[in-house]
Formats: sequence, C-alpha cells, structure tokens
Amino acid sequence: MGAVTASIMFHFVSPSYAFEDGITLILLLAATCFVIGLHLMNAPPTANHGNRLSAVGMAVAVAATLALIAHDGTITTTGWLMLAVGGVLGSGIGLYLARSVEMTAMPQLVSLFNAVGGGAAALVAIADFVRLAGIAGAPTIAARISVTSVLDVVIGAVTLSGSIVAAGKLQGFIPSNPIVIPGGRFINLVLALALCAGTGYILSGANSDITLIGIAIAALVMGVIMVMPIGGADMPVVISLLNAFTGTAVAMAGFVINSLGLIIAGALVGASGSILTKLMADAMNRSILNIVAGGFGTGDTASVIGAGATGQVRSVGADDVAIQLAYAQKVIIVPGYGLAAAHAQHSVKELADLLEKRGVEVSYAIHPVAGRMPGHMNVLLAEAEVPYEELKTMEEINPEFPRADVALVIGANDVTNPAARRPGNAVSGMPILDVDKAKSIIVIKRSMGYGYAGIDNELYTDPKTGMFFADAQAGLRAIIAAVKTLVGVD
Amino acid sequence: MDTSLITDVTIFVLSLLVGFEVISKVPQTLHTPLMSAANSIHGVVIVGAFLIASTAHNTVGYVLAFIAAVFAGMNVVGGYAVTDRMLQMFQRRPAPAAKEATEQGGNS
Repeated sequence: MGAVTASIMFHFVSPSYAFEDGITLILLLAATCFVIGLHLMNAPPTANHGNRLSAVGMAVAVAATLALIAHDGTITTTGWLMLAVGGVLGSGIGLYLARSVEMTAMPQLVSLFNAVGGGAAALVAIADFVRLAGIAGAPTIAARISVTSVLDVVIGAVTLSGSIVAAGKLQGFIPSNPIVIPGGRFINLVLALALCAGTGYILSGANSDITLIGIAIAALVMGVIMVMPIGGADMPVVISLLNAFTGTAVAMAGFVINSLGLIIAGALVGASGSILTKLMADAMNRSILNIVAGGFGTGDTASVIGAGATGQVRSVGADDVAIQLAYAQKVIIVPGYGLAAAHAQHSVKELADLLEKRGVEVSYAIHPVAGRMPGHMNVLLAEAEVPYEELKTMEEINPEFPRADVALVIGANDVTNPAARRPGNAVSGMPILDVDKAKSIIVIKRSMGYGYAGIDNELYTDPKTGMFFADAQAGLRAIIAAVKTLVGVD
Repeated sequence: MDTSLITDVTIFVLSLLVGFEVISKVPQTLHTPLMSAANSIHGVVIVGAFLIASTAHNTVGYVLAFIAAVFAGMNVVGGYAVTDRMLQMFQRRPAPAAKEATEQGGNS
C-alpha cells in the first residue's frame, strides 16, 4: 500500500496496514465528494449543495488525517500544538475574511486564498525535504521526491508572491497599471538560470536543503516580476492562471508526501483554473503568453478625459433616458466594471424593477470579462438580488439585440466597441456584445475617456447612441427619479 | 521507475481529465463561485500541513508546520465560507421566504 512507502512515513513501519488502507479509502471518499460537489455546480439551484458536499468531504479528510497522525504516534506535543494553534488561527482569519469581504473585493480574496494555498504547498515540500536532508547519514533523497519537491516549491512560491501582487493591484495598494520593472526580463533570465543550476545540484544527489530554500526565494522574486507588468483589465486571466498554478502545486505536494487526496484535489483545481484561463483569454482575444508578457492593459478608464471625441456625439439628459426606457418593450442592460466600481448594482436593480412593473422586458448582457474575475459581474448582480435567469451570456444575448428597443450601457467600454469586427486596431477580433444592433443605445459614462484598449469606441458616435454623461450611481439615481416623476408608479 | 510514482502520475492525469469534463459544464454565471470552490478544494493541502507537523522534531520543522497550518486553515475555512455566502445569493430567488433571512448577511 502506497502510504507506507510515503517519504513522510517511511521511518516507521506500522504493524496495521489495515488501518492505513482504511484511511486511504476514506480519502478516496473525500475526493469523490469533491468531484460530485463540482458536478453539482453546473446549475445555480444545486450549486450550494455541491459546495456543502465538498466541505463534508474536506472535514472527513481532515478527521481521517488526524486519526492517522494519532494512530502513528510519532507526533510530539509541540507538533500537536503547532497543528492545532496554526489550524485554528488560520481558520479564524479565513472565516473573518470570508464573512466580511465585499462582493466587489472577491477577486482580491480569491487571490489571497490562491497565495496561501500555494504557499502551504511549497512549505510542505520544504519541510519534508529539510527533514529528510537532516537525517544523519541518510541515503540520497530519491529522484521522485526531489523532482516533485522542486516543482512544488517553484510553482507554489511563484503563486504565493504573484497572487499577493495581484491582490495588491486589485485592492489598490499596488498601482493597477502595468509596472515595467527595468531589466525585468534580464533578472528573470538570471533567476531561471539559477533555478536550473539549483535543480541540477539537487538532482545530482546533494541533500542540500539550503539550495531548495534558495530556489524558493528565486521563485518568489519571479512571481513578483511576472505579475507587476500586468494591467488591471487582465486580472481575470491572471487570477485564473494563478488558480491553476495553486492546484498544480498542491498536486505536486501530493506527489512529495504520496497523498492521493492531494493529487486528485490538486488536479481538479488545475483543470478548473486552466479552463477558466482559456475562456478569459479567448474572451479578450489574446494569448496567455501575450498577457503574461504584459504592457497592454493600461490603467483605469477615467484617466484620459475628453480624449478622442472625433465624431459627432449626441448628449442626452435623465428625462430623455427615462422616457425612452419607460416606453420600451425590451431593454437590455450592459453592465461593466465601472458599475461595480461605483457600487451601483442596487440602483440598477431598482431601475429594472420599476421598468418591469410597467411591463418592460429587462435582461442583462454579461460579457465574460465584465469584472475582475470570471463571473464576477454575475455575483455582483446576484448580490443586488437580480434573478440569475435574467443574466445572459454573450452567446445568448447577441441574437436578442436587434429586438431590443433600448440597450443601456453602464460602465462597459471596449467590450461594446464595433471596431472589434474590423481588423487593424487594438480590439480587433475580440468577441463583443452586439450593442450597436439595438434600436437605440444609451451609454452612461463620466466622460469620453478611453477604455483599457486606449482607442475610440465607435459606439459612442453612432447616430442611434445617446450619451448620458454621469457617474454610474448618480446617473442611475437621476433616471430612477425621472421615471417616477414623469411616468408615475403605482 | 518505481511503481508508486507511475500510479500517482496515472491518478493525476485521470483526475485532470475528470476535472476538465465536470468543470466545462459549469455555466458562466457560476464561474466566480466555481473558482472559489476550487480554491477551497485545494485547501486539502491542510492534510499535508498536518502530516509535516506530525514528523517535525526541531524548531525549523515546527515553524514550517505552523506557517503551513495557518495558510492551509485560512484557505480551506475561508474558501468554503465565502463560496457558501456567494451561492446563497444564487439560491435566494426561488424561495422568497429565505430572502429576508439572507439579506442581513448579504448586504454590506
């Protein structure tokens, strides 16, 4: 049975294989809960059961591991203390963050959990390696342990520092515009060479824990250099990619300590992160390599005021907008991150309720990269109690735009630019919402500023488009007030 | 090559395939909770943190085990709690009775 040969346990031979086999089977049960839990997430009504089933699996895995540790009896009192105090302290912090986080800050929190997950995985390999290297007169550490340890440490450490930088950019204590580190590529090259040299040294049979720690430090620096030059708009890709990294690091930790539970769970997360990374990159029509190379996603939308107003722009007021909306049959709302940044989700919902009371059909067009992580906009609107049936994906809603009397764009920019259909500009080939096909268009926006792509949005100069220059929150309040006074509500 | 490594690699590859199969069916609406749920699942690294605590016999070992336990504990408990909070928002609608109950927790 596998666990007996596990590096972490090989120094004692348990007389009762049956007990350890039992533990392995229980871990298999936990892994089954994870898979079924993820499967249940394919529809909103069952998703919560899925997450709870997965949590039950986790509790079972933790309980089985504690039983195994107690049964083996190699743990010292200090060991128990570290495990208990550390576990409780971490859980407390995690619970506090989970309860208090605002939905707009969800990408930061997910990044933070990526960071600590990757960090923990790296620490598992380091601790195991340090222990093995410290055994006097021990034979050379087997290649299968050292190779997976190095991989675990490199991926885990890159994830730890990279995710912290990503969270910092999202939270705003690190500027969200791309920061190009002078000589970043050169430093990366040097670090990569150092990593290779260190790995070679370890694989040559040196039980050198100092080398492994050096590798960890180099990887931490690489994580920072990797994420720093990536702009705010590319965060959905970066978070997904780091999520995939964390999963891989955990799977590697599973190889190191020969734990099937870690291997299976890590692989599941690796798959999930990879799928989301690909979806996000496709939605921006950019390759993952191109995003990691950085330099495209610039700062925040409002930075260029009044720039590029080349065509004729028709400006409208709250009253015009209110009348148009109230007498429409079908309205499609196109929310972007600007909506979330202005905390205007609840106002959108209020406006939609007013319109629906008048018999207007309201739905929401959600571009895959609306927000700062995959599906972020859906969560923000769900928080405002918008029914999820009204949230339409790009594929679902695009055929409906020609039938829409009004498309109301709030805080979205590049994803609505018809220029994407033509070659030769910064957004060419990017999948967009066909907002310009609606019968009329209203855009709530503070100024004519550029989006992340830094080009004019041709939608704004379309004769069908009325620009309502206002902050998302203030603009929506004005429209709601105008609907109430002009049209009246029962 | 030793057989347990082959077994481990086999399980890793098959789990990846299962992951691709199951996760590609999750709708876009649930992508944030999905990532957060996947996040909690990689919190299983807490098992690894516990195992290194069980073999630690010196200060370095204890410190590493302690930090790993804090990290993993944060990951696993925070991950499940926040996913649960998000998914309750997606459940609200069909049961209007539950609406008021979750409202206090959901609105910040």
